[in-house]
Amino acid sequence: MADMKIGAYVCQGCGLGERLDTKALTLVAQKEGKAHVVREHEFLCNSQGVAMIQKDIDEGVNRVVIGACSRRAKAEAFNFENVAVSRVNLREQVIWSQPAAEEARELTQEMAADYMRMGCAEAKKIVAPTPNPEHGTNKRILVVGGGVTGMTAALEAARAGYEVLLVEKAGTLGGYMAKLHKRIPYREPFADPQATGVEAMAAAVTQDPRITVFLNSTTTRTSGAPGRFSVDITAESGGTKTENVGAIVMASGFTPYDATKLPEFGYGKSQNVVDQAGLEALARAAAARGEPMRRPSDGKEIKSVVFVQCAGQRDATGTHLKYCSGHCCNTSMKQAMYFKEQNPDIDTAIIYTDLRTPGNGEDFYRSAQRKGVIFTKGKVAQVEVGGNGSATVHFHDLILDDKAATMSGVDLVVLATGQVPNSGVNIDIPPDAQDIDGVKAGEHAVSVLNLTYRQGPDIPQLKYGFTDSHFICFPYETRRTGIYAAGPVRRPMDIAQAVEDATGAALKAIQAVENAGLGRAAHPRSGDLSFPTFRREGCTQCKRCTVECPFGAIDEDEQRYPQFNEGRCRRCGTCMGACPVRVISFENYSVDSVGSQIKAIDVPDEFSEKPRILLLACENDAYPALDMAGVSGHTSSAFIRPVPVRCLGSVNMIWITDALNSGYDGVMLMGCRHGDEYQCHFVKGSELANYRMSKIDDTLKNLNLEKDRVRLLEVAIAAIARVPELINDYAAKIQEIGMSPFKGF
Amino acid sequence: MGDINTAMAEQYRNNFLKEVEANVEEGQWVKMCMQCGVCSGSCPLGPAWEHPPQEIFMMIRAGRREEVLKSESMWMCTSCYNCIVRCPRELPITHIMHGLANYAHRLGLAPKMNPTRRFAKMFWNNLTKSGRVNEIELSVGLYFMDGFKTGIARAWAMKDIGLGMLKTRRLNPFGFVSHKGCKDKKGIHRMLKKAREIEDRRKGFAA
Ligand code: SF4
Ligand code: SF4
Ligand code: SF4
Ligand code: SF4
Repeated sequence: MADMKIGAYVCQGCGLGERLDTKALTLVAQKEGKAHVVREHEFLCNSQGVAMIQKDIDEGVNRVVIGACSRRAKAEAFNFENVAVSRVNLREQVIWSQPAAEEARELTQEMAADYMRMGCAEAKKIVAPTPNPEHGTNKRILVVGGGVTGMTAALEAARAGYEVLLVEKAGTLGGYMAKLHKRIPYREPFADPQATGVEAMAAAVTQDPRITVFLNSTTTRTSGAPGRFSVDITAESGGTKTENVGAIVMASGFTPYDATKLPEFGYGKSQNVVDQAGLEALARAAAARGEPMRRPSDGKEIKSVVFVQCAGQRDATGTHLKYCSGHCCNTSMKQAMYFKEQNPDIDTAIIYTDLRTPGNGEDFYRSAQRKGVIFTKGKVAQVEVGGNGSATVHFHDLILDDKAATMSGVDLVVLATGQVPNSGVNIDIPPDAQDIDGVKAGEHAVSVLNLTYRQGPDIPQLKYGFTDSHFICFPYETRRTGIYAAGPVRRPMDIAQAVEDATGAALKAIQAVENAGLGRAAHPRSGDLSFPTFRREGCTQCKRCTVECPFGAIDEDEQRYPQFNEGRCRRCGTCMGACPVRVISFENYSVDSVGSQIKAIDVPDEFSEKPRILLLACENDAYPALDMAGVSGHTSSAFIRPVPVRCLGSVNMIWITDALNSGYDGVMLMGCRHGDEYQCHFVKGSELANYRMSKIDDTLKNLNLEKDRVRLLEVAIAAIARVPELINDYAAKIQEIGMSPFKGF
Repeated sequence: MGDINTAMAEQYRNNFLKEVEANVEEGQWVKMCMQCGVCSGSCPLGPAWEHPPQEIFMMIRAGRREEVLKSESMWMCTSCYNCIVRCPRELPITHIMHGLANYAHRLGLAPKMNPTRRFAKMFWNNLTKSGRVNEIELSVGLYFMDGFKTGIARAWAMKDIGLGMLKTRRLNPFGFVSHKGCKDKKGIHRMLKKAREIEDRRKGFAA
């Protein structure tokens, strides 16, 4: 850019003035960094300091380099409009991470000088981002699913003033909740089953002027991005309506696990063995008749009921559901109480291996005990139903260690089966792949959203069919921006939890439409205006960006080029890290903006005994941990040169080869944990980085370099003491293997 | 009394639990146990019990009537109250143990030769006879309850404590001949008889 004008400022506050030769740093910025204006200030973040910078900006400075504290501090003070700002972290990561002793002064100053060089190099390559003019502005919210989750989300969004479209597959609202006799108590004293209130809720939805309900309908095509989704809503009768919405809440609920897969418990062999859903049906039918529940097989009076917990759940053998559905212990207690209400003399026994009654369920458990429900820790082996309709339950009593324990003369057996999420198609399984039973995985799955996204028609799943969300930090998020999963499709849950979930998802949907309307990113870079673009002429149509984007943001245009949908993009840069020809970039973050920082530093020669180690640190966890290490007074090697990256996924291999080629002695990468218990803020970024790095050995071999020249580490944000240790360990390792032979080329 | 004694408790039904609730001191708490095992782990004698408290509670719920009532286990309780202090469900475990022992005894199901039961009986008779414990008679009775030879050996082992008690006048050496009962012996006997009647009525032992 012809009229680039850099202003570089060095702060003397917070001890910087005493520990560093700030004058020398401004000279580095001027001579090597080619800064047009350089200034020192005794407290750069105070109003005079800021005014000084602003004055220069008014007079033509359009790139600002601030040599002061971490970019994570004083963000409001150093917030200048329409100029690119590069923050040079002299405080946390230079003076606070180095010993204050006089002997350390030289190395500390060298470190600070390199940081200034890097800041100036970055400033040259970035511009202040402006929002994509094509962002969508539709603020309507689509809710898919009319059960308690969907109805709550709709009501909450409507109450906040947003227009809602609610699509329900069935002919009535209510979903599974409408099939319940009563619900687990959600109010003090948590002692008795409570009315579901489903009719009132459905009426509220139907009467709300802001909510439009589509019954007997499904979403048959969903395209677009936050703020500009286009959705086909198809009625059972055949008619299709296309609607535009800004965000989507997917509340598609669950299906009870198929109890016919449990013949050992007598399901399907006798009417007197039911699942929890079956018992609700009995209770509702009896209540409608105003009569007590009777034995389904012969209408006899019920005197004894046994509940089998974890039926087909928490199964380690791999035959049934592996997980716990969370609500079923409370549900069985609730159902046992139906019988105690009917007649306190009915014997009700709950056979469990672990009773799990989270939250206020403890009070409910006590209440069930008080009512005389018998709890027995045991594992049921078999349920036999005799010709007279009475069942015998064989189980292993785990407290009395009685393997042949039995309950006989049981009139009704209730199986606590689990929740299977209605999450549609698992897009990570190729449609023709077969599972163990030889069933084609894609065959029986029916898509919920029918997304036209290139990565597949539904939102990605984490485990067991539940949709992926960032469990630690952003539970309501999915890997499709602007689409929020809520309720048992996200994780197993009961009504109270689903209500909470739905409220959270409604709020996220509102945020999404508001952000989209301003062209801003959703979390974790919320508010970010930058978005990826690619240089069409350079693209080889390799599709790597399209495939690797954790959020499915990239489609394909008619000419088979990648088509970025900035509204769906989280600005992680994973596509940028993936692109083999390096044509993807952001206005303020690019292969070049980081690459030139790497090349800007001064690499002393082989005999100086001053190695240089590049540290590419994830800005979400590793970089804050480095800052905190400085704040907490941990010192670490003065040979480290850190560059914050948006995500390890954004690391392009060229940075590493370039660093090694230009004489760095080692490269460290610090990112979040990957795998099943990932903590990566961009879900797949650190995983992809790990995968890409697994191939680095070949590169190192080609360069004739040792394996240890590159090290990838996982750190959490709390690893404040560990991060300096990791750095020092690595510095020691580099000392051990010796200096890089690539210096001075 | 006979029909309770022979009533067949059905497995994992509420019959025996209800019987315990009606007849055992603090028995209504048994259903509230959540089987955490803290009591068994806290009991200093736990490892010596055949069925520690947690298990006893489960056995009651499982309807193992005979096994529970004939057990030596609850007779092991020394009333240290460790379990009560720690039980997260606040069951008065100690009291239930004594209640069960007492109920089993009254049903005639308690193990005949259980030493705790025998001593408890001895103590009760000794105390109620005069309204005040006759130390010498009680200790001699205890030491010699299993015969003359063991009695001599036990008395010899305890001789130092015995002499110490004599010296501090905690033991009347002439108790056999001149034990001083309490003043209103008849009144005490009347009171005990009345208490017994009330309890019998409450627990279903009334004639
Ligand atoms: S990889 Fe990241 S930056 Fe690239 S398009 Fe996807 S979400 Fe956006
Ligand atoms: S990764 Fe790069 S080269 Fe490949 S399709 Fe994407 S933009 Fe084109
Ligand atoms: S500590 Fe209390 S709750 Fe736990 S097993 Fe013992 S009696 Fe039951
Ligand atoms: S009071 Fe009895 S049961 Fe409880 S810990 Fe002490 S000895 Fe064991």
